[in-house]
Amino acid sequence: MKLVRFIDFFRDRLKLVIRGCYVVLALLVLIDALPFLVDKQHAHTSAEKFPFFWAAFGFLGCVLIILASKAFGKAGIMKREDYYDE
Amino acid sequence: MSELLTLFATVASGIGNTAANVAGLWPLASGFWPLPSGLWLHPAVILLLGGALLPLVPSRLKMSYLLLIPLLVFARTLALSKGVYGEVTFLNWTLTFGRVDGLSLVFGYIMAVACFIGTLYGAHVKRDAEHIAAWTYVAGSLGTIYAGDLLTVFLFWELMAFSSVFLIWFRGRNESLNAGYRYLLVHVAGGVALLAGIMMHVHATGSWAFNLFDVHHPTAATWLIMGGFILNAAVPPLHAWLPDAYGEGTFNGSVFLSAFTTKTAVYALCRGFAGMEILVALGVIMALYGVVYAVLENDSRRLLAYHIISQVGYMVAGVGLGTEMAINGACAHAFAHILYKGLLFMGCGAVLHMTGQSKFTELGGLYKKMPWTFVFTLIGGLSISAFPLFSGFVSKSMIVAAGYEEHKLWAAYLLMLASAGTFLHTGLKVPYFIWFGKNNCQPDTWKRAAEPPWNMMAAMAIASVLCIYIGCYTPYLYRMLPYPVVYEPYTSYHVSETLLILCFTGLGFFLLLKKLVPTATISVDLDWPYRMGGRAFLWLARKPVQAFDNVVGEIYRAGGLVPLMRSANVVDWFDRVVIDGVVDGFAGSFRRLGSRLRSTQRGALQENLALTFGAAAVLAVAFVIWF
Repeated sequence: MKLVRFIDFFRDRLKLVIRGCYVVLALLVLIDALPFLVDKQHAHTSAEKFPFFWAAFGFLGCVLIILASKAFGKAGIMKREDYYDE
Repeated sequence: MSELLTLFATVASGIGNTAANVAGLWPLASGFWPLPSGLWLHPAVILLLGGALLPLVPSRLKMSYLLLIPLLVFARTLALSKGVYGEVTFLNWTLTFGRVDGLSLVFGYIMAVACFIGTLYGAHVKRDAEHIAAWTYVAGSLGTIYAGDLLTVFLFWELMAFSSVFLIWFRGRNESLNAGYRYLLVHVAGGVALLAGIMMHVHATGSWAFNLFDVHHPTAATWLIMGGFILNAAVPPLHAWLPDAYGEGTFNGSVFLSAFTTKTAVYALCRGFAGMEILVALGVIMALYGVVYAVLENDSRRLLAYHIISQVGYMVAGVGLGTEMAINGACAHAFAHILYKGLLFMGCGAVLHMTGQSKFTELGGLYKKMPWTFVFTLIGGLSISAFPLFSGFVSKSMIVAAGYEEHKLWAAYLLMLASAGTFLHTGLKVPYFIWFGKNNCQPDTWKRAAEPPWNMMAAMAIASVLCIYIGCYTPYLYRMLPYPVVYEPYTSYHVSETLLILCFTGLGFFLLLKKLVPTATISVDLDWPYRMGGRAFLWLARKPVQAFDNVVGEIYRAGGLVPLMRSANVVDWFDRVVIDGVVDGFAGSFRRLGSRLRSTQRGALQENLALTFGAAAVLAVAFVIWF
């Protein structure tokens, strides 16, 4: 099972992987802010030209979806598994 | 009876008749068909005949046969050339079985591919009836796609509903039996709306043709037809049947279910309702609705089912936008969606098949046992999330871009928000809580877990390769679309924008991981009214109606029974002496007849239902034709 060893390789170095991910995130923001790399002519609206726009959109969107859905679920939508049993 | 036979004969000849089918998309494939000139072979016929002959195939040849038939269907869809075929003229109108144009070609192509992958995935299943049901279901979808008139659409539409329900029932659990009945109930209701709409439309316009309706001046008929279509597309509030049924299907049945019903409905909407303004709003609601419920869901396959609603939302919104680019986007997204959603259902189906579990609270840490299944599912997850180089990236963005172009900014931004939610669940939650996360497996689950049989692995591998191929080589998909494509997904801005949204969604996922740990709950959805409504009806039947019945019985006993006894004595004499002789003779014959009937009646409720509905459908058609 070479694939399992491959996955375990990364799991054993979880700290490093997480740090690597942060570096990737920072690089993505940086690249997006450099006009000669990412041509913002393609932007649909002026708000998108703000450097952190899509990063913030993704992060806040994710947080909003999780919190709003959980609140919705807790408001009486989530029931015990035997709710429909007679 | 003879009229019915004539009908069958005419329909059959219509399916394989008229117009020459010369040169197709693929010369090899068209040369492959040993058809006398003048015959037109409907791809659905191959599936129906192939299914009918399946029980006669010796078991050692079964696997090859199961793969051969979908391959033939695929070759046949490749060989189709544009035109109108299979026309049958009745009294004063025409049934069209084969309208082949850009729109039906692309949908027919992907349905045939999905049929092959789905059949390969379940090829080790021994029960013939499961394969026959699946193929009949696909035949219904293909029949709808190539249909040129509304009556043919309706017939194949119903064929889909009545064959697909078996893919749920065959799971054999009590829950699946009930879910199947609910599924049928909802689809019959939708079918009735569709039929009523068609009848009104035909009455008003005099035309059976299935083309773009007047979307700017919709009539009651248009609304009813659209109601029938959007029910199958699972547009809220008509959507609750989907997670209910797809979570309960067999491990391979749900792979078929995930592809055909909703995407055939998307086809029908593209054909009939392009530019229907309200669909933009409905599509956006769908896209977000599925995301919200997916947060709450504990069953992996129900989560995927909610994401069908979400993804079909993009297509519905595309249909509502109605521009060439948006319709292209809807078709492209349907195409890509069938593959990646099938792949995701195959991954979770493999876990279900091997471990018997599909709930996150019963799974976890499985990467040690099923690493390849994990990789395939992850590819499906990255495709649905529209990561660059995966299929969703080149299809979904076309719809969003069309939204921006039409200056529907709210729609475009909300669809972007939904795609963050898509990655959150299908790309992160599903793989994480099944293959990593806390190991919730019971010892038995853990022991059973292993990679699935080779055919399931092969089906997942094929779907994975296609997902990546579509994402990397855009002309493959773009050339098949109904309109010329003037869109390039791989601009630096679009890639950067997508990566930012998705990676920062990932950051949010890991920071809020504790909030996302699934709990052993179910979420009440809009199936509540009919699940509980049924119960209210039962209660009515049991309590008040029963009480009323008791009262009536009591009155009858006191007021009726005593006088009756007296007169009975008189009648008794007459009865014993005169009638008995005659009746005994009759009774004997009835008993003999009864015992013969009993041997044909095996108490299989579903089969009887299917037969009854089949007969009713045939009668309805006969009625429509002759009166």
